[in-house]
Amino acid sequence: MSQNGSKPPPISLEALKAGDKAQFALLVEQNSNQIYRLALRILGNEQDAEDVLQETFIKAFRHIQDFDGRSRLSTWLYRIATNEALMLLRKRKPDTLSVDDTTETDDGELTEPVQIVDWAQLPEDELLSSETLAYVDQAIEALPERLKITFILREVEGLSTLEAAEVLNISEAALKTRLSRARLQLRESLTEYFEGRFEGKVYGT
Amino acid sequence: MAHNENCRQLLGSLSEYVDGTAEESICADIERHLADCNNCRVVVDTLRRTVYLVRSTRPEETVMPAEVRDRLYKVLNLEDYLNSGG
Ligand SMILES: [Zn+2]
Repeated sequence: MSQNGSKPPPISLEALKAGDKAQFALLVEQNSNQIYRLALRILGNEQDAEDVLQETFIKAFRHIQDFDGRSRLSTWLYRIATNEALMLLRKRKPDTLSVDDTTETDDGELTEPVQIVDWAQLPEDELLSSETLAYVDQAIEALPERLKITFILREVEGLSTLEAAEVLNISEAALKTRLSRARLQLRESLTEYFEGRFEGKVYGT
Repeated sequence: MAHNENCRQLLGSLSEYVDGTAEESICADIERHLADCNNCRVVVDTLRRTVYLVRSTRPEETVMPAEVRDRLYKVLNLEDYLNSGG
């Protein structure tokens, strides 16, 4: 998060709408890295991530007149990219749910914690081993599609609750519910991981 | 494991609780419950650690490869701007 103080130059929406190429280049410069990262996270494949990246900016270029300026440009780009990524996923596995789909139990009961193992007491160096961090990535990857996307936007990309809700076109309350589910589910996977890994060791009480 | 009704009711608020964004009355409920429910204490502690671990994976270190950036600028007809910034 430490970016030596220099703010990126502001982008003029009027100039973008007027077709100013330099402004568009600036928009690409300031956002392409995040968009690529998001797509890579969702799709888990570099070629697909690149396709989504290109398609996102092609669409942004084409549809800039439709952008109403109520959200941030970056939020709008995230939204285009998320939809593109989901479209690709659906092409790959036709049974993938849409992010707006409510057939999954959004309002149903939360899954109760199954695992009660107190791995929170583990020393920092064991907790933060590169193996563990790699497992965390895998566990995020394994979340159900829409929990995963919610989680990545909010927790990995650091969007605010409102911004993430705008990207997914859901209410802030629904966003919070999904985030809560994603976190509890990750907690379960991590508990399983630590339980297996440190079996036999004495945990703090 | 106790399948306590209280535990279940508080579960949905734990995520906001560990963020410190839960409403005050809910925080009070949770803290009262945690005082005598060991299971939920463990869930809260490990949930907090889960959030901490995720934030330790430093995903911002993933950077788009230079060739990907080059191809993007080419597709968008922005080659003239390839060397500005970045
Ligand atoms: Zn409890």
